[in-house]
Amino acid sequence: MGLLSVFFVCLFFSSAFAVDRGNFKTCDQSAFCKRQRAFKPGQSPYRALLETLELSDSRLTLQLINDNNKVHLLLELYRLQGNMTRVKINELKPLKPRFEVPDVLIAEPPTEPLSVLSKDDNGVVLSLGAESQRLIVSARPFRLDIMEGPEVLLSLNSRGLLAFEHLRLRKDTNKEEDGLWEETFKSHTDTKPNGPTSISLDFSLPGVEHVYGIPEHADDLKLKTTDGGDPYRLYNLDVFQYELYNPMALYGSIPVMLAHNTQRTMGIFWLNAAETWVDISSNTAGKTVFGKMLDFVQGSSEKPQTDVRWISESGIIDVFIMLGPKPSDVFSQYASLTGTQSFPPLASLGYHQCRWNYNDQEDVKSVDQGFDQHDIPYDFIWLDIEHADGKRYFTWDPHKFSQPKEMLQGLMDKKRKMVAIVDPHIKVDSGYKIHNEITSKDFYVKNKDGGNYEGWCWPGNSGYPDFTNPEMRAWWASMFAYDQYEGSMENLFTWNDMNEPSVFNGPEVTMHKDALHGKWEHRDIHNMYGLYVQMATAEGQIQRSGGAERPFVLTRAFFAGSQRFGAVWTGDNAAEWDHLKISIPMCLSLGLVGVSFCGADVGGFFKNPSTELLVRWYQTGAYQPFFRAHAHLDTTRREPWLFGPENTALIREAVRQRYALLPYWYQLFFQAYRTGMPVMRPLWVDYPKDTATFTIDDEFLIGSDLLVHPVTEEGSRGVTAYLPGAGEVWYDVHTFQKHNGAQNLYIPVTLSSIPVFQRGGSIIPRKDRVRRSSACMENDPYTLYVALSPKKFAEGKLYIDDGHSFNYDTKKEFIHRSLTFANNALTSRYLY
Amino acid sequence: MTCLHLLLTLVFAVSLGTPVEIQRPRGVPLTKKQFYEESKPFTCLDGSRTIPFDRVNDDYCDCKDGSDEPGTAACPNGSFHCTNAGYRPMFIPSSRINDGICDCCDTTDEYNSGAKCENTCKELGRKEREVLQKMAEITKEGFLLKQQLIEEAKKGREEKQGKVTDMQENKKQLEEKVEALRTVKEAAEQPEKEAKERHLKAWEGECSCKSIRLEKDKAKMAEAFLELDDNSDGFVSVSELQSHAELDPDADGTLTETEVQGLMGGAAQVDTSTFESVWTNIKDKYHSESQPEEPAPVETPPDEVKEPAVDNDSEPYPEDDISEEDDEDEDDEDDYHEDDDKVRVNIEKELSFDFGPDAEFTYMYSQCYELSTSEYIYRLCPFNRALWGREKNRPENNKYLVMKYEHGTGCWQGPNRSTTVKLTCGKETVVTSTSEPSRCEYLMEFTTPAVCQEPANTEPSPHGHEEL
Repeated sequence: MGLLSVFFVCLFFSSAFAVDRGNFKTCDQSAFCKRQRAFKPGQSPYRALLETLELSDSRLTLQLINDNNKVHLLLELYRLQGNMTRVKINELKPLKPRFEVPDVLIAEPPTEPLSVLSKDDNGVVLSLGAESQRLIVSARPFRLDIMEGPEVLLSLNSRGLLAFEHLRLRKDTNKEEDGLWEETFKSHTDTKPNGPTSISLDFSLPGVEHVYGIPEHADDLKLKTTDGGDPYRLYNLDVFQYELYNPMALYGSIPVMLAHNTQRTMGIFWLNAAETWVDISSNTAGKTVFGKMLDFVQGSSEKPQTDVRWISESGIIDVFIMLGPKPSDVFSQYASLTGTQSFPPLASLGYHQCRWNYNDQEDVKSVDQGFDQHDIPYDFIWLDIEHADGKRYFTWDPHKFSQPKEMLQGLMDKKRKMVAIVDPHIKVDSGYKIHNEITSKDFYVKNKDGGNYEGWCWPGNSGYPDFTNPEMRAWWASMFAYDQYEGSMENLFTWNDMNEPSVFNGPEVTMHKDALHGKWEHRDIHNMYGLYVQMATAEGQIQRSGGAERPFVLTRAFFAGSQRFGAVWTGDNAAEWDHLKISIPMCLSLGLVGVSFCGADVGGFFKNPSTELLVRWYQTGAYQPFFRAHAHLDTTRREPWLFGPENTALIREAVRQRYALLPYWYQLFFQAYRTGMPVMRPLWVDYPKDTATFTIDDEFLIGSDLLVHPVTEEGSRGVTAYLPGAGEVWYDVHTFQKHNGAQNLYIPVTLSSIPVFQRGGSIIPRKDRVRRSSACMENDPYTLYVALSPKKFAEGKLYIDDGHSFNYDTKKEFIHRSLTFANNALTSRYLY
Repeated sequence: MTCLHLLLTLVFAVSLGTPVEIQRPRGVPLTKKQFYEESKPFTCLDGSRTIPFDRVNDDYCDCKDGSDEPGTAACPNGSFHCTNAGYRPMFIPSSRINDGICDCCDTTDEYNSGAKCENTCKELGRKEREVLQKMAEITKEGFLLKQQLIEEAKKGREEKQGKVTDMQENKKQLEEKVEALRTVKEAAEQPEKEAKERHLKAWEGECSCKSIRLEKDKAKMAEAFLELDDNSDGFVSVSELQSHAELDPDADGTLTETEVQGLMGGAAQVDTSTFESVWTNIKDKYHSESQPEEPAPVETPPDEVKEPAVDNDSEPYPEDDISEEDDEDEDDEDDYHEDDDKVRVNIEKELSFDFGPDAEFTYMYSQCYELSTSEYIYRLCPFNRALWGREKNRPENNKYLVMKYEHGTGCWQGPNRSTTVKLTCGKETVVTSTSEPSRCEYLMEFTTPAVCQEPANTEPSPHGHEEL
């Protein structure tokens, strides 16, 4: 679904296809970012007051003082189970409490004992327990170094960029510096009753040249240095026609960065939900490969190092340093903090057919029939905003969708499902039950003056429920009960769009930062509003079945922890080849930080794709976790059979390949749910020592065993895929041709080609009887594809359950077996 | 664990099903029965390999063409035949066997899925015959109406042509009087003239002959089926067909039972759907029972419908050829025309339209047809413009079964509006439905007698209708 609004029409009407950058802030236009970025690396004004050190079993506290303003901060250090360190910095005595992010961590992280190894006037050395790891607290200036043996793994405040704007009274402000107590962007004024509250901290990563993560950005997988440009911005925004390859903020934010080299993978999780900017610099960034070699030969090189700086507008510093060392360790460490990918219903891994909008029930029926006529499987058909009565969510248009249950029953008879959109903006209309209940329960977000916050969105004037309020969320969840959500049935699922939140007439198309969620400003919670919307919706779906059935909820906005509630997609992309290409790094980046269930609108949302692009997008989407075609209201119809029989056949084949592999996808999602391992991964995750893989983002792995190099170039006659793994072999899944690992393989392609390889040494379960929906394939036999390693060995996993309920969890009703092929025999054994 | 159990069940659930009617493996159509002989090894129908017969329908795919598993879902490209006695037999992809969804009306596709299917073939067959009957009636009555329309159009055209000739005569005389105004007028008329020329070109020589013929053939087929099915049991049998001696393939004067079986593709009887293939065998020779034996010129003369010379689909409609309501700032040039001239131009314009091969669409000229829905009133004005709600559009060109209106006003943030009107035979001239499949691309269903094709059993009055 789109964001274009009635209000932007005039602005965009004649403009070329591109984001209007003027609608969104640069760092310079964001007062706190400008202020913070004006500080340059140097001597930190902060000093650790070692005499205040207190060590309980697993918690160390220490005061810091800023010698410039004498404000005291409180540093808390925790050693967390699973090789993590938590660093918290808050004001020792803030004028009033500062916001600390709730509901993201699945629990208070379990700690491990810390011990002081040595202490003198200059600092303290703490033992981190495992593997000779130490944490060094330097007093003057304050800095932290995490060491393993002689190696520094990571340093905090080593560049002196710790900055903590303490709460103050306006009258105490020395000078009325710009943007401290009020800030205006375009026509919007942000009153800042709390004044400046921003925070900043730098991290140095010696030996690291590759950092990843901090989605969502339409950019390469490997993060770029931001010197001379804007930092990467994390601020959930509804960006109309976003541009590629830049650090602008998009719909979601996950403040997690991964650092990787051949020796180690680490992660930094910056738990802050306010507007955040991330600067990255590197001492090797400017150097060519030749230059680096020269350094190496001359032995003169300084060690490569990446420096990162995080800046947030409010809240506290609360950082989790995940020390790996393997990529899989970082994934499980992060999962232990924020949870794993929710285990989706099997059907949601099938193909989804969406359009803004399927016009009426008749239209839905004929599209459904079209899939059968053309023998293309699908599981879900989607309804966008036009299905509701005047964009009043939870209702149905009385003319176009007058018999929703009849429609849903028709789909159910074919073992298919539907998703209807439910957005968080609520039409202000005294004839609308949802609005009236929210009003009477006083659940709306408030404006700075205490009245209900109102903004424009699809239905016109709208209120925004305060999803940060647990009572509000409980009420929202109860609205999904079958007797509340009229016309809903068990095969109706939900799509949460516009939950950044999108406010057409708000600053940067979102909510005013001085709006109030209870006692907290929107400024504090902005990036997690979308998470709460999806959380409450997923909870509603669980409750409507009495806790028996798994939910399926798609969200556009997200935050750390959103993986627990469903799927995300990359928002309103466009029918352009570059948008097809960028779908790979965008989903890879999300996978690295917990969100495995990711996809991009197949075909591109805005504009009309060429037939070739559409076919290529189906072929790519069939191998990405969330596989949904979607199109803007203004585009021409593009159901798979509208482009001639040859192209219908190509699309059919791509979708069928997806369905045949559903057992593998399902098994991988089960692993993701169990362990936090991403389903769709960059190559380096499985080949962490192979530097050739570190920047690859035009191909990817699904699990460890399938390598996909989609064709994303127009008119392509061939692609060059990198097959990793010295001494390993890969098999073309279509021809079974064997190729050696550790080579760049040129693959000639035609329009029907989807280059996919199975790793020698793996066993992949498939269901080769592709039927019209995943549910129709429930009882079909599995076919195991055994690809032998050079040592004539292979192994894999098989996971089977009912595909939709929580019985796998509550009653342990599942089959989970490891499969091994060795000595010419296939064996299997029980897995818990 | 139930899953595992089901899996095993499936793998070993070799098809032991009871064959329908005639002994043959499950899912095999009668026409292919001879390839499945239980006593012999089975050779895949593509000849690719031969397997023991017990591997037919054993739920494991052996043949690349899927022919060894006609009754199971084992082969990805297989197909399953359901007899559907009482309705029409059909093939379904084998992936729909035992998928829990009833596809064959005789329920034979769901023999092991637990799906509760009911045999609905009789009911479907009855409904289909009703529809066919109704269609035949409508076609018959519609075609009569069409004859009237053609007659009226012819008269009207002659009248108007006479009028134009008179007026042209008049004009000649008047022209001398308006000599003084001549220069001004010419300047004013020039753009309109050009536009008109382009316009005329766009309307010339188009028709979708193929679709007309198909439509016609279908109607004839339906007629023939009903005629042949003497005992109205929904099947045409060998004996019923044998009564038509004109179908004799070797023209030896007798139509033997074997010859008839050949025409029927080896089947003992055919229903409406299988009749299609029989129809292609017999339609050239078939005489309607209600028609005189001697070959009457019921077939339309070949030059009645012309092959389209050019496809003018994308020819833009002249922007300047629009009427007053369309364009508020249309200048005052019209004031210089004299009334007679205006009338003459209008008539000439009318005469210039392609109103179909027999001018049967003439009656729609300057008519509008409305359909009210909950949201909008849709108005279709053939040969003029279509109105959607308050939005205006102009005709672009006309096919005889599809009218397209393109290059309408631009949609906000969208394409220019366009409409496709599908014409079907009906007694009345009405817009029956409208939809908007893509934004601002409308689809209208429109019935009119003007597209009704001559039924196979028209009253024997071939001399009464107009030939061009």
